[in-house]
Amino acid sequence: MTRLSPFNVVSLTFGFVFLYLPMLILVIYSFNASKLVTVWAGFSTKWYGELLSNDAFLDAAWVTLRVAVISSTFATVLGTMAAYVLVRGGRFYGRTLFSGMIYAPLVMPEVITGLSLLLLFIGIGMDRGVLTIVLAHTTFSMCFVSVVVSSRLMTFDQSLEEAALDLGASPFEAFRLITLPIIAPAVISGWLLAFTLSLDDLVIASFTSGPSATTLPMKIWSSVRLGVSPEINALSTILIGLVTIGVIAASIASKQSALRAKRDEQAAARAQ
Amino acid sequence: MAETVFAPWDDPDEKPLIRFRNVTKRFGDFTAIDDLTLDIFAQEFFALLGPSGCGKTTMMRMLAGFEHPTSGSIELAGSDIASVPPNKRAVNMMFQSYALFPHLSVWDNIAFGLRRESSDKDAIAKRVEEMLKLTRLEKFARRKPHQISGGQRQRVALARSLAKAPKLLLLDEPLGALDAKLREATQFELMDIQEKTGTTFVIVTHDQEEAMTVASRIAVMDEGRIMQVATPDRIYEAPESVYVADFIGDVNIIEGQVKAASDGLFQLSFADGQPPVLAASETPFYDGQNAHLAVRPEKVSIHTEQPDASDNLLQGKVLDIAYLGNLSTYHVELPGGQVIKAQTANTRRLSRRSITWEDPVWISWTKTAGVLLDR
Ligand SMILES: Nc1ncnc2c1ncn2[C@@H]1O[C@H](COP(=O)(O)OP(=O)(O)OP(=O)(O)O)[C@@H](O)[C@H]1O
Ligand SMILES: [Mg+2]
Repeated sequence: MTRLSPFNVVSLTFGFVFLYLPMLILVIYSFNASKLVTVWAGFSTKWYGELLSNDAFLDAAWVTLRVAVISSTFATVLGTMAAYVLVRGGRFYGRTLFSGMIYAPLVMPEVITGLSLLLLFIGIGMDRGVLTIVLAHTTFSMCFVSVVVSSRLMTFDQSLEEAALDLGASPFEAFRLITLPIIAPAVISGWLLAFTLSLDDLVIASFTSGPSATTLPMKIWSSVRLGVSPEINALSTILIGLVTIGVIAASIASKQSALRAKRDEQAAARAQ
Repeated sequence: MAETVFAPWDDPDEKPLIRFRNVTKRFGDFTAIDDLTLDIFAQEFFALLGPSGCGKTTMMRMLAGFEHPTSGSIELAGSDIASVPPNKRAVNMMFQSYALFPHLSVWDNIAFGLRRESSDKDAIAKRVEEMLKLTRLEKFARRKPHQISGGQRQRVALARSLAKAPKLLLLDEPLGALDAKLREATQFELMDIQEKTGTTFVIVTHDQEEAMTVASRIAVMDEGRIMQVATPDRIYEAPESVYVADFIGDVNIIEGQVKAASDGLFQLSFADGQPPVLAASETPFYDGQNAHLAVRPEKVSIHTEQPDASDNLLQGKVLDIAYLGNLSTYHVELPGGQVIKAQTANTRRLSRRSITWEDPVWISWTKTAGVLLDR
């Protein structure tokens, strides 16, 4: 292992401080006994307890989770299908328009996406609630899924599908048995991306939700406007904790699968 | 017992299994297959030979259903197959790139096609084991494709395409990555399979010897066109063009003007100060016509002393000797600068060889040794 030069140490420190100091402060203050955010009055976990008995927050968390799971699943299915058609469909009439349109929401300001969806829902007389948020999130996150999946499909060796067809598989079987298992990692990361986007989203959800459904980011945002409360800090700390666990789990899993592949290869080399 | 020769192409009543009729295939404005007409008969072992990029894989892909002719039609067993999708054709293809399924084991790769048409587990297992045995892959059945060597992968691809015992099997360079011994064994294995199952094989190869060994007929292609289709011995002994003569094996091409000598005999003057060479030809040539005489090196004899009279006798000196183990090829330069290759079998040890560089030698061949070609 090489030693870091003083310059590198300094820049690394600054970088990390810049990234993590705000979060660290948030975490520390979530254990503050005082209600005043700026005054430290000793260690306490009482805000976590209060959070658990705060139905408004729990409801919002439940809505967010449902919306995220359902919309990212729909987005993954639709986005994968769109990517498949764009990469494999060959030249069909209107292809350029279709591919341009599928990527447009990526660069569209969220305010515009949200506003146009709102107008649509009002126009067709749809009551705003969980369903409309799910639809809205599906709409904007499927573009991200389709970008991730189509970049994988572009490097996918098409002769594998041809070989499957040649051996008597129907086009759908070829997709299900050959293409999908091979591109699965890209599809899964597409799902994760859609899931995080949906968890994160404040703007589009604000436009498309109704009185019956409030997501967690909306709840946090609206209560912060009344003043930062230690409860919010506690909630954010929990979210940070969850995300950290998720990231660590994912990296352990990928490391282990890499190890397994390496073991396989070594076993193969020995047996030859 | 009278053995009948397998030659359905000579029988006008025989219906071909595959019929290409004026097939043209263009990619954009590039013509990959150019007005190709060809019949391939059931139970043939048909070899496609030609330089890289001449359209061999494209022909196979049209048969398998992955490309469609720009014009013309392809018939399989008498019916046009344009509208039949690849998964409904009784054709299996071994891909030049193998196209093994990376997430499936060798066993599952081979079983893939069988599982699509039957759910009888025991029958599938039996067939897969058979294929593994045939291709000597038993030890590797549980490995993934990335865990085996290139030659082993090629054998998996072969086993996978053979497993369904299709009516027509397309093999795109099936043996390129195998070592000489295994290749020879697999060639005989293929011929054996072909005899047992009656499957029709179309095989692409870059290896002429392989084509000669396995094929019932060979098609020599160039730039999307078929130059000649014939049995291996006809291709070798009676090429119809300089291109075919030159493509298959080693050959001396002597260019000159013809003059009729007597019945079916022609004199070819090829250089000033050299006597014309004599060649027999069934196709007629007119006096003064430009022609090429193609003579295989092994039909040219080399002598250290002037031999008795021969049809064609030329004097020159040894320019180069290529030692090939069992054979030696002598490059003999004639006074006019032409180089003629003569090949002899090395029946003696090298140290006893009597001819070396710069030696004056005589070369000779008979009037029927070569083929006179107009193009
Ligand atoms: N999809 C395609 N688009 C454009 N050109 C193509 C396509 N497929 C093949 N070609 C061209 O058609 C010609 C014939 O290709 P083909 O793959 O049939 O060659 P081949 O005879 O199999 O060569 P090799 O011996 O190198 O495999 C080549 O010049 C190739 O570049
Ligand atoms: Mg090819």
